[in-house]
Amino acid sequence: MARPVNRISPFNITSLALGLAFLYLPIVILVIYSFNASRLVTVWGGWSLRWYTEFFNDRAMLDAAWMSLRVAAVSATVATLLGTLAAIGLARGERFKGRSLFSGMLYAPLVMPEVISGLSLLLLFVALNAERGFWTVTIAHTTLTMCFVTVVVQSRLASIDRSLEEAAMDLGCDPVKAFLSVTLPLIVPAIVAGWMLAFTLSLDDVVIASFTTGPGSATLPIRIYSEVRLGVKPQINAICTMVIALIAVVIVIASFASKLSSLRGESAAPL
Amino acid sequence: MTEESPEITPKANGVTGPAKPEPPSQAPVGPAPQLEPAADMPLLRIEGVGKTFGSFRAVDRLSLDIRAGEFFALLGPSGCGKTTLLRMLAGFETPDEGRILLGAKDIAQVPPHLRPVNMMFQNYALFPHLSVKDNIAFGLKRAGMARAEIATRVAEMVALVKLEGMEKRKPDQLSGGQKQRVALARSLARRPQVLLLDEPLAALDKKLRESTQLELMDLQRRLGMTFIIVTHDQEEAMTMASRIGVMDAGRLEQVATPRELYEAPHSRWVAEFIGDVNLFDGEVGWRENNRLLVTTREGVTLAVTEPRQRVTKATVCVAIRPEKVKLSRRAPVSDAANSHAINRLEGVVTDVSYLGGLTAYKVKLESGAVVRASMANTARLDMDAYLAGQRVVAWFTPDDCMVLEQ
Repeated sequence: MARPVNRISPFNITSLALGLAFLYLPIVILVIYSFNASRLVTVWGGWSLRWYTEFFNDRAMLDAAWMSLRVAAVSATVATLLGTLAAIGLARGERFKGRSLFSGMLYAPLVMPEVISGLSLLLLFVALNAERGFWTVTIAHTTLTMCFVTVVVQSRLASIDRSLEEAAMDLGCDPVKAFLSVTLPLIVPAIVAGWMLAFTLSLDDVVIASFTTGPGSATLPIRIYSEVRLGVKPQINAICTMVIALIAVVIVIASFASKLSSLRGESAAPL
Repeated sequence: MTEESPEITPKANGVTGPAKPEPPSQAPVGPAPQLEPAADMPLLRIEGVGKTFGSFRAVDRLSLDIRAGEFFALLGPSGCGKTTLLRMLAGFETPDEGRILLGAKDIAQVPPHLRPVNMMFQNYALFPHLSVKDNIAFGLKRAGMARAEIATRVAEMVALVKLEGMEKRKPDQLSGGQKQRVALARSLARRPQVLLLDEPLAALDKKLRESTQLELMDLQRRLGMTFIIVTHDQEEAMTMASRIGVMDAGRLEQVATPRELYEAPHSRWVAEFIGDVNLFDGEVGWRENNRLLVTTREGVTLAVTEPRQRVTKATVCVAIRPEKVKLSRRAPVSDAANSHAINRLEGVVTDVSYLGGLTAYKVKLESGAVVRASMANTARLDMDAYLAGQRVVAWFTPDDCMVLEQ
């Protein structure tokens, strides 16, 4: 980078501070207010862990949180599995006919408005007469997050030299063993990063989940959303703070995994 | 693992000793009949092999025999099919036609992991997640070798390529030259019957390349192994190989020793590809003893020695290497008997390039043709050097001329 850009000037400091404040001030306020003792969201009444205890006593909220975690874990796992296979197919497979069409279709959910995805899935489930609940949300989230996994894993695969697999075959591995013993260890960090990404995406999602869930199986974001409509309770702040903490942890782990993968090979997965 | 590759599984009674040069007889590990091919039978026989990618004919019905213990180089410009041929030997490409016989077995359709052949890759293809030791041991583990035996063999290979103390390092902690050695050790560890080397020195700098060339030759001689190297660098091929196959457009133009290739090329293409050459197109005049008189297009008559194979065509091309063209200020004093035999071309020096060991001159003849001559700088203070603009006589003997019919 050029020198002048690195120089710390008052202008740079100010714009950095403003930028960070714009991004993180709302979150900081939310976190602070989650420790508010007052019943009124906007009035500060001293420090307290009251709303955290309230959350852990709120059966419905706990169920929703548990539901969200289960959906996120299952859909992230399935999406990682399918997304990795798709990435391998696209990066390593023969140049089959309709390959670019296939990859375009795979990436469609990246740019598709969630309302449309959610609505079309809802129509599908209704047409299939499927009972809406845990599984429908999980399937919907798998379709949403799979393409993200594919992007991460495919870019990692593209950076791995094909001749590594050839060398493994030359040294006595059949193609499957060559993949397992050479390529797979090299893309594991990208797969882990992909899983984490899928997990957080699923945990966040409210639009698709609200289309595809059924009575009695609300995810945490849906539950929060419906509570907020009746007025923001300080308890919501506490829940949001915990979700933020969880996602922060996952993101940190994912970026470490991605770092690790870039240390092992030439370039990192984009994360 | 034993079920997949019976012929490369090393013998149970360890042939490995302490780290020392291997006697040649132990080098290739394979079934007995392939170990000692009959005297007239080559180790590797390529028969009418062809490969087409789409509409591009990469290798065109090529046949070649390679003897056991040979250091063979495939030389050619990029895109001539040499790498495709090597990849077919390794098993990464399947020929569309023809046979590849290793010993008595046709391996053309055998997948790479079942071939008693190993390859050293151009970019080394070291496994980045494995240490030097594990990289070298990779193929041995696959062959189902016992743990203790693997350790001995790895130590032996590490000593062979002089990488002691580096065993624990990962590839990205090695220099280019060290990576090259690991790649070499890894491909030699299984004691293949044939080692294929794809531009093995292309990524090294000039000095390192020269010393590595000598080491590779030394290694090949000590192990008595068959090496097939692909290169586009003619100096590299000439230095290392005992025989060179020059390829162009999927075909072998000539297979010969380096000296033969340089001094007696079969075709105009080979003469131009290997080293520098002056070419004169002309008509064969009359014959006298074993001399031919060729009248060039420029109207000069050159006396050349007729090659062993009699010239049949009327139009030929006379080729002469620059270092065989001598320059002098006056025509050389010729004794009467030989005077008609020395070719003398008068001209003016137009270009002088001092290259250290030698000086290259360009001489423009009266006919307009340009002759290149190079002279070794044998004295530090060379009073004999010619200057641009000077009138000189370029001369050469009939024996130094090559007659090319194609």
